[in-house]
Amino acid sequence: MAEIVLSKIEPQNTSTAPANAVPPFIEIEKVSLFYSASQALKNINLSLGEKIVTAFIGPSGCGKSTLLRCLNRMNDLIDNVRIDGSIKIGGHNIYAKDVDVIELRKRVGMVFQKSNPFPKSIYENVAYGLRLHGVTAKSDLDARIEESLRGAALWDEVKDRLHSSALGLSGGQQQRLCIARAIAIKPEVILMDEPASALDPIATARIEDLILDLKKEFTIVIVTHNMQQAARISDHTAFFYMGELIEFGATAKIFTNPSQKRTEDYVTGRFG
Amino acid sequence: MENHFEAGIENLRQKLLLMASRAESAVNEAVQSLMQRDHDLAVKVRVDDDVIDQFEVKIDEMAIQLLTRAPLATNLRLVTVAMKISQNLERIGDEATKIAKRSRDLAQEPPVKIHLDLPNMAKLALTMVKDALDAFVNRDPIAARSIIPRDKEVDALNKELHQRLAQHMMENPETIARCLHWIVATKSLERIADHAKNIAEEVVYLCEAQDIRHTLGKAD
Repeated sequence: MAEIVLSKIEPQNTSTAPANAVPPFIEIEKVSLFYSASQALKNINLSLGEKIVTAFIGPSGCGKSTLLRCLNRMNDLIDNVRIDGSIKIGGHNIYAKDVDVIELRKRVGMVFQKSNPFPKSIYENVAYGLRLHGVTAKSDLDARIEESLRGAALWDEVKDRLHSSALGLSGGQQQRLCIARAIAIKPEVILMDEPASALDPIATARIEDLILDLKKEFTIVIVTHNMQQAARISDHTAFFYMGELIEFGATAKIFTNPSQKRTEDYVTGRFG
Repeated sequence: MENHFEAGIENLRQKLLLMASRAESAVNEAVQSLMQRDHDLAVKVRVDDDVIDQFEVKIDEMAIQLLTRAPLATNLRLVTVAMKISQNLERIGDEATKIAKRSRDLAQEPPVKIHLDLPNMAKLALTMVKDALDAFVNRDPIAARSIIPRDKEVDALNKELHQRLAQHMMENPETIARCLHWIVATKSLERIADHAKNIAEEVVYLCEAQDIRHTLGKAD
C-alpha cells in the first residue's frame, strides 16, 4: 500500500513565480515525494492555469512524470511512496481524506506513452468508462461515443467499423482512441505522459493538433522529451532537474530566453 | 565527440565576418572611386557586388540548415540574428553599388567645384558597421547600444552636405545633374549607418533577448 502522508513541511529555497496572470486551476504547494528513502520531488511549488497546455520538461529521472502522476494520485499505486505538501485542483485538495480516488480520476484523465486500448471493439473501448459512470441507455451511449470520437478527431476514420477490434487500429489511431476514452467521461484535466513519443511525424502532428483543439475544453498537462513539441503546443513550460522545479514560465520565454542557466543548457542540448 | 551544431554555428559566424569585410571593402572602394574619379574602380565595385549577394544566399542556406535542427534559446536567437545581419550587409553592398554607379557617371563629366568630405562620412558609417560586428563577435550589448546614437551624427552630416549641394545647385544651375549624383551618394552613406544601427539592435536582441527596434528616440 502506498503511504500517503500530508504534513506541513518547512519551505526550502525552491520558489518559482507563476508564469503570468492566468488564474490557477491546479495548485501544487510544497510537494515533496519520496520513493522509500530516495527523494524524487523536492518542495515543488507550481500553479497551472485552466484550459491551457502546460508542458513538463527535463532530463530522464528529473521527476516530471512523478509529478504528473501525483495529479491524479497514480503514485498511490506504488509501494512505499510518501508525499508531503498539497495539491489542489479547482480549489479542492485531492489528497484530502474524504477524496474518492475513482471520482478524482474521472475528473483528471490520463493518456500514456504507449497507447493501451482494451482488447475490445472501438465502441466498447469508449463505452467502458461511460458505463462505469452510469451511462447505460444505448442512445445516450451512442451519442457520447460519437461525440468523444469526434472530439478525438477519430470519428471519420472509424465510424464504419465501430465494432471492429481496437487493436486493428494504427498506433496513432489507438492513441487518439485512448484520448477519446479519456474525454468521454468529461474530465476537467487531461494528463499526458509522452503521448506521441512512439508515433511517426504525421501521427504526432495529428495528436498535437488535437491537443490544441482539446485545450478549449480541458486543462492539459503534458510530459514530453521533445522540446519542439513543447514549443509547438504548450502555453506554459516547467523545467525540472533532479527533482527540483528550476524554471516555470510562458513557453515562448522559456525557449527563446530562459532565466536560468540550467534551463538554457538543457534546451540548447548542452546536457540532458 | 565533435559538437556538430556548435561547429555549424561557428561556420556561420565566420561566413558572416567574411561577408562584412567584403561589404566594408566595397564601400571604401566606391567612395575612393568617387573622390578620385576612378571609372574602373567604380565598375569593379559593381561587379564585386555579386560576391556579397552570394554570401547572403549562402548564409541563409546555412542558417536554414541549422534551424532544421530546431535550436532554442541563445542558439535560436543567434541563427535568426545572423540572417538579419547578413541581410543588412547585403544592403550595405547595394549602397556601395549605388555610390559606384554615380561615381562611374560622374567620372565622365567635368568635376563639380565643391569640396565634400565624403571619406569622413564613409569612415563614420563604416566604423559603426565595424563596431556593430565587433559587438556581435564579443556578444557585447553595451558596445552595441553605444553605436545606436551615432547614427544621428551621420544623419546630421548628410543633412549638412545636402544643404550645401542644394545651395551650389541654386548658384550653379548647370551642375544640377552632377550634384544630384552627389546627393544620392551621400544618402547611400547615411543608409549604411542605418544598417549599422540595425545590426547593433540585433546584437542587443542576441545578448539580452530584448527587441529594441523602433523603441529608441520615440520620446525625442
